[in-house]
Amino acid sequence: MTLSASSIVLITIVGLAGIGFYGILVSRNMIKLIIGLQLLVKGAVLAFILAGNQNGNINEAQTLALTIIVADTIVAVLGLAFAVQIRQRFGTLDIKALTTLKR
Amino acid sequence: MYWQILIGLGILASAILAIRTKRLLISAIWLAVASALTAVMIYLLGAPQIAVIELSVGAGLVTVLFVFAINIAGDEPVEIKSLIPAPLAWGLLLLAVGLAIFLMLPRLGILPVSTVDVAQGAILWDARYLDILLQIAIFFSGVLGVLGLLSSGKPKGEKEE
Repeated sequence: MTLSASSIVLITIVGLAGIGFYGILVSRNMIKLIIGLQLLVKGAVLAFILAGNQNGNINEAQTLALTIIVADTIVAVLGLAFAVQIRQRFGTLDIKALTTLKR
Repeated sequence: MYWQILIGLGILASAILAIRTKRLLISAIWLAVASALTAVMIYLLGAPQIAVIELSVGAGLVTVLFVFAINIAGDEPVEIKSLIPAPLAWGLLLLAVGLAIFLMLPRLGILPVSTVDVAQGAILWDARYLDILLQIAIFFSGVLGVLGLLSSGKPKGEKEE
């Protein structure tokens, strides 16, 4: 069985999304969580570009990917700002420290 | 072809290292490597503009932000176990990946829907102007986020002990 170029990219997309999802699930460090989110969104951007490549409509895919990259960068900025503020208020980056309602 | 296999393996390996590495700074650097290789793969797929943006924003700006935040927040390695048990995490992961493959695989060999390829500027400014307005709004929230990242010390309502 020979792999076509698009299936190689597809395997990469699924792998990136899976690794990012796993990172979001298991990590307790807030900055590690944002790294997992970044990997997940990188898979999504790659998927959009692959779809445009297969569709013969790459410019529309590029436009959508641009929107995704902008939104994802701002999400990372806001998440890092939250992480810094939480670190200064709670003294740790562990998300378990945020469960202050539970006694 | 072989280039794409090598780049795909590189992306996956650096992504795994970004998740598995204990130190946050090295994790951020592996994220930058994954981003740069993703930019190369996007370029090979025939989208040079997004490749440039991904390289400069994903590998450049985001890495600078991560290093900056890690400098402020401190590079504490979190050794403790995850909140959810490992079999549940792996089960959810397999479920998500299986669903993604199940949804994507039949659509791989579809015929081109439209061969009329409009220029990117026309799409961006004519058909997607709402996206641009939303991006401007998102940029302002990003500015607020940078202010939160930069402001150190206690909030105003809290008394100094």
